[in-house]
Parts: sequence; C-alpha cells; structure tokens
Amino acid sequence: MSATFLDTNELELNMGPQHPSTHGVLRVILKLDGEKVLGTECVIGHLHRGVEKIAEARTYQQFAPYVDRMDYISAVSNGLGYCLAVEKLLNVTATPRARAVRVILTELNRIASHLFWLGTHALDIGATTPLFYCLREREEVLKIFENYCGARLTTHAFRIGGLQYELYAGFEDQVRAFCGSFPGRVDEYEELLTHNRIWTSRLRGVGILNAEECKRFGVTGPVLRAAGVAWDLRKAQPYSGYEQYEFHVPTGEAGDTYDRYLVRVREMRESVRIIEQALAMLPSGPVMAKVPKVIKPAPGEVYVSIEAPKGELGYYVVSDGGKNPYRVRVRPPSFLNLQALDTMCRGALVADVVAIIGTIDMVMGEVDR
Amino acid sequence: MMGPLRSTRKTDSPRLSLSRVFLGVWSRAGAAFALLKKFLLLDLLEGLRVTFKAQHPSKIYTEQYPAERPAVAERYRGAPRLNNHPETNQTLCIACDLCAIACPENLIVVGSVRNPATRRKELTTFTYDLSRCMFCGLCEDACPVDALELTQDFELASYTREGLIWDRQMLEEGPRPVRYSS
Repeated sequence: MSATFLDTNELELNMGPQHPSTHGVLRVILKLDGEKVLGTECVIGHLHRGVEKIAEARTYQQFAPYVDRMDYISAVSNGLGYCLAVEKLLNVTATPRARAVRVILTELNRIASHLFWLGTHALDIGATTPLFYCLREREEVLKIFENYCGARLTTHAFRIGGLQYELYAGFEDQVRAFCGSFPGRVDEYEELLTHNRIWTSRLRGVGILNAEECKRFGVTGPVLRAAGVAWDLRKAQPYSGYEQYEFHVPTGEAGDTYDRYLVRVREMRESVRIIEQALAMLPSGPVMAKVPKVIKPAPGEVYVSIEAPKGELGYYVVSDGGKNPYRVRVRPPSFLNLQALDTMCRGALVADVVAIIGTIDMVMGEVDR
Repeated sequence: MMGPLRSTRKTDSPRLSLSRVFLGVWSRAGAAFALLKKFLLLDLLEGLRVTFKAQHPSKIYTEQYPAERPAVAERYRGAPRLNNHPETNQTLCIACDLCAIACPENLIVVGSVRNPATRRKELTTFTYDLSRCMFCGLCEDACPVDALELTQDFELASYTREGLIWDRQMLEEGPRPVRYSS
C-alpha cells in the first residue's frame, strides 16, 4: 500500500445501506485516508425483486404495472418505455391523441422527478427549505396524475396501444395553470440556490465527469449533458411524436455537480414548453389503437429506449409467440450512471460523496430491479 | 479574498486612456461590491427573501386528518367493491371470471354455481386478497358489467393478515374505518 497523505492507515468505512443520503438502500464501502476518499465500492441488490423474471410469468398487459415500481419517482416514463417496446413488437402505433397525452404526462413526470431530485439533493447538501417548495409543486403534478388515472405514484397510466382513460374534465385547465405558475417557482428555487455561496462552493468542481468518461461508462441523461454532450433521445431518436415539439437540450461545460444542477433546472423549464405546445395542438380522436385482447406477438425481439428523467431507459423484449414475454431486460439509467461513482469520488472528501451520490439521481428500485 | 482585486490592477501600458480609467474604476467598484456582498452575505439574504415570502399565514395550511378526510380523486384506485343493482339489490357480478384472469397477482377467486333453471352462472363466493393487491386497476378494466370497482376508500389497515382477505360480504359493504369526529 502506498504512503497516504496523513501517514495514517487506510480506513474502510461503510456508508449505507441505512444512511439517509444514499437515497434508498445503496451501500458504499469507502476507502479513506483521513477525510479523503481513495476509492469506493458499491454494494447493490438490497432491493432486488426479480422484476425481469416476474415478467416471464405474466402476460404483456399484466406486466405493465410492475414497470412502475422500478423507477417509482418517474413511473410514467417507465410505463411509456414498456408500452412503446411492446407496441413495436406488435407493430402497432398509438393514436395521435394518445401520443400527445403521453408526452404531456411524461413531461409532467420529468418535472416531478427533477423536483424530487432537487429537493432531496439540496437537503443532502444542507439546504432544508428547497425541499418544501419542491414537494409543494410536485404535489400539484401528483394531483394531476391522481385525477387522471387514480394513483399518484405507481400510476399505470398507459396501456399497450394507447391509454385506458380519456382525459378528465378540467385536465387542460389544471395543466395550463400549472405551466403558468411553474416557471415562476423555478425562479424561486434559483433565487434560493443558484448564487447561494454555500451551494456553489459545495458543488463547483465536485464530482467532475468529463464527456470521454461518460461515454466510457455509458452514462446518459443530465450527467452526460452536463459534460457538454447534447445527447437527448427525444431529439436523437424521436418517439411518441417528440419531433413535433420545439425545445432545447440544455448542456453544461464543466461536467461537475453544479452544472448537473443547472442542466436539470433548465430541463424543467424546457419540459414546461413541451407541455404547452402539446396542449395547444392536442388532437381529438380515440385514445386506444386496435390491439387484440390477448396479446401474442410474432416471435422476435425489440429494443426501445426513451429519454427518462434520469437518462436512457431501454426495454429489450423477446417474444417466442406466446402469451407471456420470453424475456424482458431493462436498461435502467440509474444503474449505469451509478458505475461512474468511483471515478467521481476519487480524491474527494466524504462530505462530497453525499453530494455526488445525490447528483447521480439514482433510484435504487431501478438499480436493483 | 484578494484574487479579484489584484486582477483589476493589471495595467500593461503606461498611457492610460479615458476609457481604460473608466473600465478600471468600474471593475474595481464591481470587485468592491463583490467583496461587500461576500461580507454582508447578500446572496444568502436573497434566498431568505423567498423563505420569508412563504411564511405568510395565508400560505400555511394543515390537513386535519383524520378529523377531516381528504377528498381523493374521482378515479382513485382504492378499496375494491362488488356492486349490487341499486333497485333489486342483487349482485351485478355474472361470475365470468375475467377479473381473476386479468389480475397479475392471481388474488381474486370467484366461486359460482350454474342455475339449472336459467342455465346461467350465479355468484356464490368472491375472495379478494388485498394484502397482495397493488391497485393497478386491471380487474376493474376487465369487468364487463361494472360489478367490480376500485373505490375512493383508502383506509384499509387491519390488525391481522386474514383481515385483509376480503370475502363477498366485505366487498359489498366496504371498509368501515373508525370515524374521529371532533
């Protein structure tokens, strides 16, 4: 072992799985030289439920509620990814109205997910107040979900081929009211945090991950965009009608924790723009395409990926022609982004590890599945 | 602390034009202001303005649960209910078993006997295991006669595991949570 900075012994410290800022049941084994992190090792699997195996014993429709329980902070995005994959397998396209509604709901979910991230991330850093404001706005989004599909978190909002429910009366007004008030709220968060000296000194230059390292680890989402790569699947491979909407892909430069914060905040503003455009051109018509009652796709395999709030969320579905999928494999963004933790943490302080875990924005339900 | 101040003093040419003097004073004022801001924690006060704005009593409210129950959405997926016909008070269920087939967790058991006179299936028992239910609503969607429905009741706690396995009577009557009225 090489000589360490303080000439002390290398210390191994367990962080988690019950640590409040490991966001669930992540266990990180830290190798420390005093306060300095020499290396980390992630121990995952505490939340493993075998979701992919469950899929093999369920019909295609029956598996849809389970995908909500992987990334439970953005259940709607998970539902969209799964439904798009099975629709591609069946060679069915959702109706135009269903696609527009899907875009509205997934973008609302992106806002809710980023809000929850912002609140808890700020809480980890030591700023308690933003959490209350973020959850206040998230509550409005969850109310819309509850009114639309009857559940707040594990929504099961979409069905294969379209939507189960028609929009409720007052949906458009409620979403418009939210879009009207929300940018002002984001200004408030920025007022609280963006120029706050404690916030900037805790985040600037912490957990740097450059574009090359991002590509090597397969990191996607805001973490990649903060490193300056404008890669967004909504632009790169548009799905569900995203090519009709005009929006920017915010990017950062430094690839540090502060840039990732800025990218996510700007993404929330862009989501509001997308929702407003989708509402303005909401087509009428049926919400469900013609899909057989018993889904039996022809043998084959598909991989469909969407831009979930946390990164590229992919579903690989194999059909052997039966009622149940032969194999479902999920490419969760959190799992791949978590790999970069060690690179980001090396040389940082223990307090920075908390910030870095927060900035990856992972959900353990998705990492372990 | 001295970093920004020192950088403004950089003058590479001995001849000072008027604009350069102006720029120098300006940036020095800016640096002094930044120092003042740092010293007086003005950037923190900016955030505190937001905090104090939210302190107004009209913006504070507490949900008085359980004295007042919150109104959940009309489509809320809560406790299941087996509907009876409003006039005849006979069950609407035709014992077709579609809900049991649709359920991902296989937690619905429908018992029926065939009536030899009408040659129709008649419902005898209906068991719904709430302890395994994830309220996905697939059973409700599958029901062709709107007999099975997920309602707005959300207080489902039970002291025993068996208490969560609802039989037909429980499903028809619905849960009866304790009311705490003030």
